[in-house]
Amino acid sequence: MTRPLLEVENLRVSFPTHRGRVEVVKGLSFTLGRERLGIVGESGSGKSMTGRSILKLIRKPGQVTADRMRFEGIDILAQSERQMRNIRGARISMVMQDPKFSLNPVMTVGDQIAEALVAHQNLPRRDVQARVVEMLHAVRINDPERVAGLYPHEVSGGMGQRIMISMMLIPEPELLIADEPTSALDVSVQAQVLDIIDDLVTRKGMGLILISHDLNLVSRYCDRILVMNAGRVVEECAAGELDKARHPYTRGLLAAMPTIDESRDELPVLDRTQWAGT
Amino acid sequence: MNAIALSDLDISYSDTKVVFDVDLAIAEGESFALVGESGSGKSTILRAIAGLAPEWTGSISVMGQPRSHRVDRAVSRQVQMVFQDPYGSLHPRKTIDATLSEPLAIHGIGNRGERVEEMLRAVGLDQRFRFRFPHQLSGGQRQRVAIARALMLEPKVLLLDEPTSALDVSVQAEILNLLKRIRREQGLTYLLVTHNLPVVSFLCDRLAVMRKGRIVEVADVSQLKAGQLRDPYSQELLAATEGA
Repeated sequence: MTRPLLEVENLRVSFPTHRGRVEVVKGLSFTLGRERLGIVGESGSGKSMTGRSILKLIRKPGQVTADRMRFEGIDILAQSERQMRNIRGARISMVMQDPKFSLNPVMTVGDQIAEALVAHQNLPRRDVQARVVEMLHAVRINDPERVAGLYPHEVSGGMGQRIMISMMLIPEPELLIADEPTSALDVSVQAQVLDIIDDLVTRKGMGLILISHDLNLVSRYCDRILVMNAGRVVEECAAGELDKARHPYTRGLLAAMPTIDESRDELPVLDRTQWAGT
Repeated sequence: MNAIALSDLDISYSDTKVVFDVDLAIAEGESFALVGESGSGKSTILRAIAGLAPEWTGSISVMGQPRSHRVDRAVSRQVQMVFQDPYGSLHPRKTIDATLSEPLAIHGIGNRGERVEEMLRAVGLDQRFRFRFPHQLSGGQRQRVAIARALMLEPKVLLLDEPTSALDVSVQAEILNLLKRIRREQGLTYLLVTHNLPVVSFLCDRLAVMRKGRIVEVADVSQLKAGQLRDPYSQELLAATEGA
């Protein structure tokens, strides 16, 4: 068997409060190959913190510990800030939720994408420009030359998110972490953006961690799913077998969602006392 | 009687016209949905009915009474609105009690304490929340407060602007159940804006699909459930929801 792309063992993230340290991720373990892994959970389940800790983006006073956290054999926890800079963007990159807040408002789209490339590779300027246009084309933006000259406020949300994706993928990372990449977008655009991510990830043989609160969406785009609740993984299953999920939390989440041909008079509500001690 | 009747309605924000030529009649007791993508003008219609988008031409009438362009107390007694974001729509420095009492004070209605208590019970909030501030409540609890505030004046019509899209699925289920129960108990009329078609399927009787400021199709919810929307754009929305 080939070495996994990412190995995480007993990951813990905690923050201090006036009542002592509170753990938001409580001993998470998983391995990731060149596959698509979905992490699902509700607000406060620790799913985003998991994504952030892989890139060491959790700042003090937050604290991250793990028995093992290795990316391609590199011990992430032992890396200095300077060494991390060579990993972030270049080898592992992250797409955030809202393009409105994640793009630099005073820089053109083309310059921002080029910056991501130039920061990690030494290329002549003409090649950089060509790569930017090619990348915008890959995320299905019509007329990429014109769009490269626009500012973020001049593009729509769906386009902004595609620009984010092209920025994250242009250095050709091995792992992409997408944290709620489409929840700020319209339903009709969501599928489009995810199809693009899916297509690029499959074609380049990258690993993908898709973090979302939407079970159906994750099951459609991932191979494997981790369901998180209160900092722990409560269920792990293949995406196709979600309907066979056994944990009451997963089942509760599935049942609480209305369907397009809804005939129930009342939606079942999660009984939070059924599991865990909270 | 029609709870809401819109005819030849055009709405603009300064020089930009965003809603064109809308005709719509919503019967009393009906639950009606407006669906479509961002920027299609669905929220703008709600805002015009509530009096928050005063630049409109055509006519808007609520419970048979034509609406003026100005703030209109009689209309606010009939129509109230619930907004999308429960984090942004409650005054951060007012207690829940103050938030719920304010509409009563404005309209000179007495017996406020008792009404607040009763309303908290109706939306499923414990009395201990009464003197708390919004930041001490979860998203779902805040949305319950927002619904309670809208119901304080005992309106006949509720305008719901994406009432659950900022909430987790399990909390969304609670709020949807609450909305359904309140409508049954109080005989309310709902006009709901959403882009979530399953929510429409659960809560509504009819829907209108909007695109670029125009209504492209009005359909019965049974047509939605059967996947039989006529307009190509409605079909597209349906396909996006069901997934590839």
